[in-house]
Amino acid sequence: MLQKLRENQNIQGLILILPTLLFMVGLLIIPLILTTVVSFGRRSADGGVIYTFTLDNYARLFGYSTTCTNGAASCFDPLYVDITVRSFWLALETTVLVILLAYPLAYFIARSTPKRRTTFLFMVLVPLWTNFVIRVYAWMMILRTQGVLNGLLGAFAGLFHIPFTPFDMLYTPGAVLVGMVYEFLPFMILPIYTSLEKIDNSLYEAAADLGANPLRTIFRVTLPLSMPGVVAGTILVFIPVMGTFIVSDILGGQKVMLVGNLIQRQFLDARDPTFGSAASLILMVMTLIVTYFYTRKFGFGEEIIAV
Amino acid sequence: MNPYRRSLFVKVMTFLVYFFLYAPIIVLITYSFNASRTNIVFAGFITQFGPLQMSGTTVVQSPCGPFHWFCELAKNREVMNAARNTLTIAFTSTISATVIGTMAALALQRYNFRLKAFSELSLYIPIVIPEIVMGIGILTLFSQLFTFFNNVLNLTGSARLGMGLATVIVSHITFSIPFVTMVVRARLQGFDKSFEEAAMDLGANELVTFWRVTLPMLMPGVLSGALMAFTLSLDDFVITFFTNGPGSTTLPIYVFGLLRKIITPQVNALSTVWILVVFTVVLALQWLQGRESRSQKAWK
Repeated sequence: MLQKLRENQNIQGLILILPTLLFMVGLLIIPLILTTVVSFGRRSADGGVIYTFTLDNYARLFGYSTTCTNGAASCFDPLYVDITVRSFWLALETTVLVILLAYPLAYFIARSTPKRRTTFLFMVLVPLWTNFVIRVYAWMMILRTQGVLNGLLGAFAGLFHIPFTPFDMLYTPGAVLVGMVYEFLPFMILPIYTSLEKIDNSLYEAAADLGANPLRTIFRVTLPLSMPGVVAGTILVFIPVMGTFIVSDILGGQKVMLVGNLIQRQFLDARDPTFGSAASLILMVMTLIVTYFYTRKFGFGEEIIAV
Repeated sequence: MNPYRRSLFVKVMTFLVYFFLYAPIIVLITYSFNASRTNIVFAGFITQFGPLQMSGTTVVQSPCGPFHWFCELAKNREVMNAARNTLTIAFTSTISATVIGTMAALALQRYNFRLKAFSELSLYIPIVIPEIVMGIGILTLFSQLFTFFNNVLNLTGSARLGMGLATVIVSHITFSIPFVTMVVRARLQGFDKSFEEAAMDLGANELVTFWRVTLPMLMPGVLSGALMAFTLSLDDFVITFFTNGPGSTTLPIYVFGLLRKIITPQVNALSTVWILVVFTVVLALQWLQGRESRSQKAWK
């Protein structure tokens, strides 16, 4: 029997993959199916789930409302549509800003001497090791009305005798954007660096020999060849930003509502898991669509494991 | 042409981005020596030992001097509990995920079996879905299961099943496995099979070959996979947020709870300790890795 096992590729492979499958099916696929089932259910009086089939939760998300100010039986309430659009927009803004900041730095590192590269990369990773929540907290101290930034601005204005009143930066959409950019910047730097580092120097030489100026070389050689890194980075930034609720919760002061906050509240404060499940499915479908089209257009390789 | 040429624009941008990355951390560390109880304004560094006038009117005994907030931190039992939980979760989930993920990498890279395509696909899920979706999915699963069993088995009091360390650990194992698998697989792809063939030719059986040849050669991949799993677990907030229960609070969850109340410089002291510990660990690992590759070169 042992001999048989030795020769059977199929069984050996299955034995090795079995524990992984147990976790992936038990704690990913079954929960996703359960979330789908719950999203079609109704909330019970004590915040539990009544399993039926109703599209009410989805209708609500897309703006169907039965509590109207004008007394009509039903009307369009843009509340949840707005939240979704806002989240999508913020994720887009964050991604673009992060690319703009990450690219020059990644380029700088990729064109350093091999020995220095390790140090510079290490310097990108250090902020990542301070905890996510702690990093949000740091921005809280900086942006507060009596915080570091206002203090510095005040001191600066004082030097030139300009009257200065500290202004509120914390708990604004801008604070949320800054926080998001800060949180996810390293996730863009590393994949871009990985793809830039692979570009052979002879390609730059060829471009120069053929008469391309530096700017043209950047746009015709460097950028196209580093696209896999940008794509991988975008996926690593866009998806988490869409679903994060900590940054908006703390830096937005619960005034900036994103899909993540909506879902979290349904499960903890509002106690409507069915509505929360529907919202999280919509979120998942949106990110999957974006990822699918984005990777199909550009493709990404091993850069995704650069982090 | 000089391959290391970089324009002034790139250099200036690089400097600014590094500044942007580090300024918050410097602020964080500076404030952990703040001579103010409320951490809103920086009231200067704590300079003296003994009775200490905090801004506000209270006089505090501060035998630790400048490290007042670090001593307060060490006395804080909630923090110490949270730290213990964080480490328990990180170590348990890292070890499990590393073993399971390495097995999966071997299976996917070397064997043909039914369910292979399905397995590969399932490993992509945690990467392409937002964490919160996974978090609430697991929360729903466990809360439904626990309610069911508590009712069926008529469990009462402390026997009732609920969220806790176990639910957090299995969730962390789940999101770590794909990353370990990816890293180990990448290492397996550049693997020279002739070493294993040589071992088999010399009479070693499959098991001996695996222990003495394959695993040692895979070790760098396995270790970086483990390091990745460990940092993912330490850093995780979202999944832990939805799967923890009373008594399984981790440091990130504890800090998040504080941020909605009054914050003392204790949180900064905690952050400073955190940064120092992680920094030291990673430097030590880098040094070990460097030493290993140097000794390998010498051996060759």
